[in-house]
Amino acid sequence: MFDLGYNASLVAIGAGLLGLAAGVTGTFLFLRKRALVSDAISHSTLPGVALAFIVMVSFGGDGRSLVGLMAGSALSAAAGLLAVGWLTRRTRLAEDAAIGVVLSVFFGLGIVLLTVIQAMSAGRQAGLEGYLLGSTAGMLRTDALIIAVGGALVLALVALLRRMLIVTAFDPEFAGSIGIDTGRADLAMMGLVLAVTVVGLKIVGLILIVALLILPPVAARFWSDRAGSVALIAGGIGGVSGAVGAMLSVSAPALPTGPIIVLVAFAIFAMSMLFAPRRGVVAALIRHLSFRNRVHLRQGLLALAQGQPVYEALTRRLLRRAGLIRADGVATGAGTAQAAKALLDERRWQWLRASEGTGAAAARYDGLTPIETVLTADQIARIDSQLRPGGLV
Amino acid sequence: MIGTEFVPLSLPPLLIGTLAALACALPGNFLVLRRQALIGDAISHVVLPGIVVAFLLTGRVSTWPMMLGAGGAALLAVLMIEVIRRAGKIEPGAAMGVVFTTLFAAGVLLLEQSDTSAVHLDVQHALYGNLESLIWLDALGWNSLLDPVALAGLPTELPRMALVLVGVIGFIWLFWRPLALSTFDEGFARSLGIATGPLGLGLVVIAAMAAVAAFDAVGSIIVIAMFICPPAAARLMTNRLSLQVAWSQGFAGLAAVSGYVLAGYGPLWLGYAHAVSAAGMIATVSGLILALAALFGPCRARLGQPAG
Repeated sequence: MFDLGYNASLVAIGAGLLGLAAGVTGTFLFLRKRALVSDAISHSTLPGVALAFIVMVSFGGDGRSLVGLMAGSALSAAAGLLAVGWLTRRTRLAEDAAIGVVLSVFFGLGIVLLTVIQAMSAGRQAGLEGYLLGSTAGMLRTDALIIAVGGALVLALVALLRRMLIVTAFDPEFAGSIGIDTGRADLAMMGLVLAVTVVGLKIVGLILIVALLILPPVAARFWSDRAGSVALIAGGIGGVSGAVGAMLSVSAPALPTGPIIVLVAFAIFAMSMLFAPRRGVVAALIRHLSFRNRVHLRQGLLALAQGQPVYEALTRRLLRRAGLIRADGVATGAGTAQAAKALLDERRWQWLRASEGTGAAAARYDGLTPIETVLTADQIARIDSQLRPGGLV
Repeated sequence: MIGTEFVPLSLPPLLIGTLAALACALPGNFLVLRRQALIGDAISHVVLPGIVVAFLLTGRVSTWPMMLGAGGAALLAVLMIEVIRRAGKIEPGAAMGVVFTTLFAAGVLLLEQSDTSAVHLDVQHALYGNLESLIWLDALGWNSLLDPVALAGLPTELPRMALVLVGVIGFIWLFWRPLALSTFDEGFARSLGIATGPLGLGLVVIAAMAAVAAFDAVGSIIVIAMFICPPAAARLMTNRLSLQVAWSQGFAGLAAVSGYVLAGYGPLWLGYAHAVSAAGMIATVSGLILALAALFGPCRARLGQPAG
């Protein structure tokens, strides 16, 4: 399957570059909480594609020139973007309503124009439906080249503007205070989103290009808290999804490129959400369980130390598994020793928290932290000298 | 217009389109006010995998399994959005974007992988619907409307859409006060003992129901456009919720009727032989209505902001 032809390799490289650029650009959009604006932008490319086709045909051209269609889509996407901005600023509609209005109306207009084209070129397939879901089948070499170069150009632009974009995305007020014009940064961000959309139109299709802008940053957010790293990781995820998706899609029939790329990106997202080290679901679950077990173990040991029987099933199971009690609930040798240690620890803490002027150290008490990790040996010795012998206080 | 042609060919699609527009615009009013306008967009995307799975399971293009599949997919999407939002602490817009694009991609892939060449099921159909093909062959003219034999041959979409519209009206009429309260001031509504969580979910379910029924008849463009455009335009006309709902219904009906007529007869008036997509034209007209409302609507500006 990796015996790709020249065209297919170009497409895979182009899709990879596009995914990289989309991942990084999408990060800024995601951090600014405006991910869905890209949905309006991508849907509003359709009337532009159709109009460009009509214009090119009526001037005697073929109508399928990728550059012409891309130019048309860029113009109408810009019109859609302006419409979203105008509706949000000038009327009391919220941004989500403005997005919905623009995407549905522009898309509807595009469909009307597509049916006009069908009537115009009755019998001859215009092939514009390929722009809805993306297709690489039968792609011309020049098209593949245009996409690869386009992806590289967008990426270069992102690299050029990265500082301004990262700072604005992470903290707009700070960005303003160091002299960055946040309005212009947002404009640049939207321009990049538009460029990604236009370049990706042919491969991924206008309905699914948003996925390439949203999925990688959301996945990358699980791996890092730093805006710069999130952008880099998102770029990596987007690049891998684009390249792998494009290669998979040419490897077998009936594997449409756009959906495959999106599903690869989703697989990476799902992995990230489950298995990322700190923010992942599994990590959170493990953290939760281990905390619960430590609480149960500690309470069980304290009960043992005071000679009280342990009835709670989970606590018994944990104590037993650690070899601290026997099956009948009586403490083993190790259990007795650890129980005594836990009790001593608890008494030291109690003394510490009851005394004056130990606020900072006493505030570290959570019922689990051994006091040795907070105080020095001397301090503990001083506490011990004041503890009364016998049970808790 | 002459009845012998209009009644069988144009009346049913016109009625179905109008009913679908009305049914979507009603819950749309609340979705727009609650800043959940894009739920309609998300639902209409995830309907595709639902109907494809239903088709693969039953092997036939039949209505009820597909409606069930679509409804199931819509619920699955809402569930996935909630899980991703909570478990991943992701903002709702991005979570929605993740879910609906993925499910749509899965639907397209399933569709391409399965052999649907024998049946009328493809992505284009899902997007634009086939409003124009919902014709009533048994009708001979206006008097067929009184003829029970001919009425039995009406496209099944018509009674189904009417039923869904009645259901939507019923839900909103029944829960008008709690819906209005929780839309404008959720905290206050909760303090009055209104279960705002289930109510919000109910609204989404009702919206999904309208979307799924309308989608089957008219495609997802009209669904998205009608969820958002008429209510958004109505919002710029008035400050009262009841008036807004009335305006939205008027706009939805106007868009459906004039969009259908323009698509069917407009090109003929201009001298072209082919009609254009009715679904696309209805969406376009609803956009024009919104543009007019945004330019001239009496309540277009935010409070405290100069109109203009």
